[in-house]
Amino acid sequence: MTAGPLLSVEGLSVSFSTDQGFVRVVDDVSFQLAEGETLGLVGESGCGKSVTAQTIMRLLPMPPARIDTGQVLLDGENLAKLPEARMQKIRGDRIGMIFQEPMTSLNPTQRVGRQIAEVLALHRSVAYGEAVPAVIDVLGKVGIGNAERRLEQYPHELSGGLRQRVMIAMAIICKPKMLIADEPTTALDVTIQAQIMELLKTLQRDSGLSILLITHDLGIVAEMCRDVAVMYAGRIVETGPAAQVFQHPRHPYTAGLIASSPRNARKGAHLPSIPGMVPPPGQRGTGCSFTARCSRAQDRCRSEIPALVFNHDRATACWNPVP
Amino acid sequence: MTSLIEVRGLSKHYESRDGKGLVRAVNDVSLSVGSGHTLGIVGESGCGKSTLARLILRLIEPTGGQVLFEGEDLLGMNNAALRRRRRDIQIVFQDPYASLDPRMSIAKIIAEPLEIHRIGNRAERAAKVRNLLELVGLDQQAGGKYPHEFSGGQRQRIGIARAIALEPKLVVLDEPVSALDLSIQSQILNLLADLKDRLKLTYVFISHDLSVVRHMSDEVAVMYLGRIVEYGAPEQVLDSPLHPYTQALLSAVPAISEKNRVQRIVLQGDPPNPEDMPPGCAFHPRCQHAMPQCRINRPILESRERREVACHLY
Repeated sequence: MTAGPLLSVEGLSVSFSTDQGFVRVVDDVSFQLAEGETLGLVGESGCGKSVTAQTIMRLLPMPPARIDTGQVLLDGENLAKLPEARMQKIRGDRIGMIFQEPMTSLNPTQRVGRQIAEVLALHRSVAYGEAVPAVIDVLGKVGIGNAERRLEQYPHELSGGLRQRVMIAMAIICKPKMLIADEPTTALDVTIQAQIMELLKTLQRDSGLSILLITHDLGIVAEMCRDVAVMYAGRIVETGPAAQVFQHPRHPYTAGLIASSPRNARKGAHLPSIPGMVPPPGQRGTGCSFTARCSRAQDRCRSEIPALVFNHDRATACWNPVP
Repeated sequence: MTSLIEVRGLSKHYESRDGKGLVRAVNDVSLSVGSGHTLGIVGESGCGKSTLARLILRLIEPTGGQVLFEGEDLLGMNNAALRRRRRDIQIVFQDPYASLDPRMSIAKIIAEPLEIHRIGNRAERAAKVRNLLELVGLDQQAGGKYPHEFSGGQRQRIGIARAIALEPKLVVLDEPVSALDLSIQSQILNLLADLKDRLKLTYVFISHDLSVVRHMSDEVAVMYLGRIVEYGAPEQVLDSPLHPYTQALLSAVPAISEKNRVQRIVLQGDPPNPEDMPPGCAFHPRCQHAMPQCRINRPILESRERREVACHLY
């Protein structure tokens, strides 16, 4: 890493207002994303990875959501404190974002070309007629052939893979330095997923894009990301270079996840599995929230939350890590 | 090996929305599953795997073909005979949220198949439900609760309890773990393996996830656009695939460890529109090995290297 990080999230905590009062869903999360790199934020449903992404983009409705503490520094500017008008200028211009289900994020009543051009109209005040060459150019970049014809199509006329390419086109047309990709291939078939992963890698190589990749799929992280941060019950429990973390996980949760993949199991043998399930927000106890499912738990784990302790570029939040 | 179920030339064609074309969702599929075996069916969305599952149960009526269960053709049966046979064939669906009636208690959901088939009296059914809850690893108190009180993994346990309530011989599992998180997925796969041993079940296991199918299956059928393109033991089909589609599918799966990573074959474009299938081999527009004859003649499944494959390369 040469320059300072492009994005630095520091001690971010987010709560939601519920019938039981405010409930913490993201708890003291810190990570950094360097220029031109990909960081994988990985975890299961409800671990807080998407809420983290939406907080960075300030997409959460507040209330019911609330940022309790922490900063989100983009090139040194704290997004967590920016007024909405200023934030609107950053979304889509300096940070692009793509989601799991392109069909719900595209406007079904508007032609694809117009929707992409709208991003330029908003951030660069370019009229549609003038934007068309740029739109055709960006469609080429995301691998959509026959661009003139595609401009005139509606989202429902496109396949899932093409829709995700349109989303990517909208996200990069203003040449942002950073892209947040929230489960970008989860709704796609595996052969189409491979195409989208190739595309994201190519875009990164060509334009030095930094990518925050949010996924539940450890394999995607291993192939796409230099670094990984594993989230469990609202916290980062382990982080470091992806290759090292996957080869030698230190946190029992990371180790358990990797072991439970049928890919590594002997055929017909029982799969190693993590007993029980993720405790819901508000019922995560006073200590480490993995304690109840952990085979390495000790007394201390029940009462004290372990901090994320760095050792060189790796860190684990565990009182009794895998040796 | 005697087959418990044998499917011969099974097809399901739908009229396209404009009424002009024909969608061949399942096209001339033949397979057989031995008693006590698991047949895995893999393929991507639209390949026809879920339609095939529903055809086997006769939840939808086929356009043609035969489904022989213990030698008896399910398609020729009248309703009364079919209803009796249905005790032996059950299904577990992908979405544990959508397949349980939210207004019914868990005990009622699990007892419903017993009531429909008039098995036992009330007390016997209640005892059976308690037994089933234990078999699938749920607390006895679960019986009095409602579906919304359970997580995805627990709901799938309830769906499994309902499916095995009638002591079926065959259970069709349609993407049973696809909606579940990884740490829960392995719990359910272990449960399915245990139940199979204890209750002497036969499975048809449908999934898009190759590693899950490899782990669970004695035999695997790979489907593309309504047809089986490769069929055999997982050691052949998934460990040394012959069909270019199977090869591409396997290479597309992201691997955690570098040593499992193979040279990726990135297929170009999307699968063709099923209303407008290309002539010859349906895979030829995306195939890197396509030859002139692939555009004209459709390859049929033939035995090659200890499996069946439908490809002109072999």
